[in-house]
Amino acid sequence: MPLEIDHIRKTYGKFPALGGVSLRAEDSEFIALLGPSGSGKTTLLRCIAGLEVPDSGSIRFRGESLLAQKVRDRRIGLVFQHYALFRHMTAAQNVAFGLRAKRGKERPNNRQINARVEELIALVQLDGLAGRYPSQLSGGQRQRVALARALAIEPRILLLDEPFGALDAKVRRELRRWLRQLHERTGLTTIFVTHDQEEALELADRVALLKDGALEQVGTPEELYHQPATPFVFEFLGDVVKLPCEIVDGAAVFAGARAKLLGGSLTRAGSGLAYVRPDAFDIVVGESEGLKAVLRDVVSAGASARLDCLFDGGEPIEIRAPHDVALQLKIGDRVTLRPREARVW
Amino acid sequence: MSVTDASASAKRWRFREPSALGGFWPSFSFVVLYLSIIVLIPLAALALRPWELGLEGVWRVVSSERTVAALKLSFGAAAIAASVNAVFGTIVAWALVRYEFPGKRVIDALVDLPFALPTAVAGIALASIYAPNGLIGAAFAPHDIRIAYTPVGVMVALVFIGFPFVVRAVQPVLADLDRDVEEAAATLGASRWRTISQVIWPAIAPAILTGFALAFARAVGEYGSVIFIAGNIPMVSEIAPLLIVIKLEEFDYAGAAAIGLAMLCVSFVMLFLLNGAHALMTRRGAA
Amino acid sequence: MSDKTPASPTRDPPWLKWTLIGVALFYVLVVLMAPLLAVFIEALRKGEAAFFAAFQEPAAFSAIQLTLLVTAIAVPLNTVFGLAAAWAITKFDFFGKSFLTTLIDLPLSVSPVISGLVYVLLYSIHGWFGPFFIDRGIEIIFAVPGIVLATTLVTFPYVARELIPLMQQQGTDEEAAAATLGAGPWRTFFLVTLPNVKWALTFGVLLCTARAMGEFGAVSVVSGHIRGLTSTMPLHVEILYNEYNFVAAFAIASLLALFALVTLGVKAVLESRFEAELAAAERT
Repeated sequence: MPLEIDHIRKTYGKFPALGGVSLRAEDSEFIALLGPSGSGKTTLLRCIAGLEVPDSGSIRFRGESLLAQKVRDRRIGLVFQHYALFRHMTAAQNVAFGLRAKRGKERPNNRQINARVEELIALVQLDGLAGRYPSQLSGGQRQRVALARALAIEPRILLLDEPFGALDAKVRRELRRWLRQLHERTGLTTIFVTHDQEEALELADRVALLKDGALEQVGTPEELYHQPATPFVFEFLGDVVKLPCEIVDGAAVFAGARAKLLGGSLTRAGSGLAYVRPDAFDIVVGESEGLKAVLRDVVSAGASARLDCLFDGGEPIEIRAPHDVALQLKIGDRVTLRPREARVW
Repeated sequence: MSVTDASASAKRWRFREPSALGGFWPSFSFVVLYLSIIVLIPLAALALRPWELGLEGVWRVVSSERTVAALKLSFGAAAIAASVNAVFGTIVAWALVRYEFPGKRVIDALVDLPFALPTAVAGIALASIYAPNGLIGAAFAPHDIRIAYTPVGVMVALVFIGFPFVVRAVQPVLADLDRDVEEAAATLGASRWRTISQVIWPAIAPAILTGFALAFARAVGEYGSVIFIAGNIPMVSEIAPLLIVIKLEEFDYAGAAAIGLAMLCVSFVMLFLLNGAHALMTRRGAA
Repeated sequence: MSDKTPASPTRDPPWLKWTLIGVALFYVLVVLMAPLLAVFIEALRKGEAAFFAAFQEPAAFSAIQLTLLVTAIAVPLNTVFGLAAAWAITKFDFFGKSFLTTLIDLPLSVSPVISGLVYVLLYSIHGWFGPFFIDRGIEIIFAVPGIVLATTLVTFPYVARELIPLMQQQGTDEEAAAATLGAGPWRTFFLVTLPNVKWALTFGVLLCTARAMGEFGAVSVVSGHIRGLTSTMPLHVEILYNEYNFVAAFAIASLLALFALVTLGVKAVLESRFEAELAAAERT
């Protein structure tokens, strides 16, 4: 087991940032620490790097305790959220810093350092920009310098704090794909922090979802998306419509319309609160079995359309439907909404 | 596993938050040692030595006519000089931030002259221009107005050394003040005067007060630039720091320390009050 | 309808603008320029020969020497102090930090005469520690060590005060990055922290030097004014002035004033550089 995080606890004054978090990472695994801001994900990352000292708990790498080691001895590469590049050094000097800081016999000679820097600059595709200062580079280029600098020390683990946070949408997408390829090439155990669920689901082998300093669920993107352990996980990974329902014979019933109950663990009968994705509705014009509503507005939003409805009770609801369905509807139509599938906790 | 069961609330009090960076203890101990030798132990001497005279003796020194006159002059002239600088310093800061005019950069650099010019140099220069036969003094002499060797001379010197404080306190605040806010006020139909009194003034008033307090604190203790122009006539133009020097020359160390301590106490009370006023102003500004 | 464009609500009318500029210029002229010019005019009043004669005197020469010696001791001490204080205060969180910061500013609001007085109270023959040193043949008050101590006290905040706000603003990310890359505290300090504050440090040292060379009140109290022995340049100016040797007094004074002007010039240059650098840092 390369990395074992065990019951890490950390408080700032009275604020509990981490309340006993345990997590394991396999060799070459790519893990996302996902969560809203203030959930403790960056604190956990900084604990692993050694920049924060946890109040209690242990972090072990291949059996040896990391907490007993100084930051400089841990050999854990960290890419800071705002990169923290040395502003008075060129890109190449930034990358070389960790190599020059090595002590005794480990320190390569100048020729080796130069060769290694050149190699890394090429790896992060910054050829020709090695002599530039951070202020002369774009956000995406700085990000890659920071990555090359972290990789230069041949880290045992690579940590990335909101690696795409400060970049615009297009650069972000490119870098994301490139980072995934890089990970496949280097095979380095990598943990990255993000608040963007799409990023986490697309990139990571496994996602650890944090809330208020505790892990809500750890699993593959598929597990998180299809088998959310808590309402929080379900809500964090997408839009949700919450509706009251009756549970009869293992199905959720909405005003006579039956919907499949997902998750399968729930068997109790009675009334409950159903969590439904906005795109999991069948829409029928006119009145029949199901939730009756009036269509107030149709907004074309990308791949699907947003339908703005008003229940007969006066409650508004927003759902999504494919464009061809939406085209058959007129504003003011009376419609019946039937959830196809729902989750109840 | 090395899990401790201590709950978060039972976390031990720590002198220092743990950090990844090194070098705290060497630098911290050096700083404390240095401060002790250079500041703390000497100040302790100032706080303790006067009491060799006994409570009554200290009171006799501090309440003597000559001491009271000197303290009044030092604090009074400092307050007037700081007020003059509050008014003109704000105008200078305004001109430097808001307008373009020839020589602006030179003026801006010159503002700090009183910081950089040795006080004794300023002192003899001021004495020479404000003397009855000096550049400026000569203009006033025919009207029987004397500046050098009077309390007015003391004030002139204190205006000089207090000059940079208000300018340097107000300048950044004015520069930071968003033109947007003023424009917004204008689009809302506010007159220029209303904009100044309700938008600009509340923003810069605390800075002016800060500058005033700094200029005042500096002026109260000023020595070098004052003694040449003051004439140093006991009860008339003799400042408190000079009285300390005189006591020292008479080897009356406890008496000198008593006056020094009295000066410090009055200064701290006034700075405390000014800080309170500042806090009040900024709080209202924030509300 | 009138054709006159209404006055812009955020622009001051020209009459007000020029009045304010006029008042500001007049104030600067009378308060700042007049004394500065007076120094040079008075120094050259009796011609160049008299001016240069002032520097030939042995007492003047030894005053310059003593000033340089005192500055050469006080400034490096305060520079090391300033760096250590800024490192401890800006890169760490500890109990009593704001108290320490306040303490550093203290000498700025204490009269220089009091700064001298406190050392007399400690090290003169009637002082707490004075007899101890005097018994061992070490004179502190009315001697060079006292002048060094007093100068150090008066000038010690300057380096720290320049560094602390800048280092606070720069935060600890770069130092943390250096640590994760395997650098120790010294390496981090010299290769990462120091280059980031080099201009502020230069400026702080310059200011400290200017104040140290020109300190008068505190030094005057502890020096005893022994001509040729414990007289620094400002004290020598005072002695000459009180002897009505005005040309010589102003000649020495003009040297100090010249150094003050150089300080201001360098400061102006550094600040414009600073602005460019800070702007670049903000873009990062």
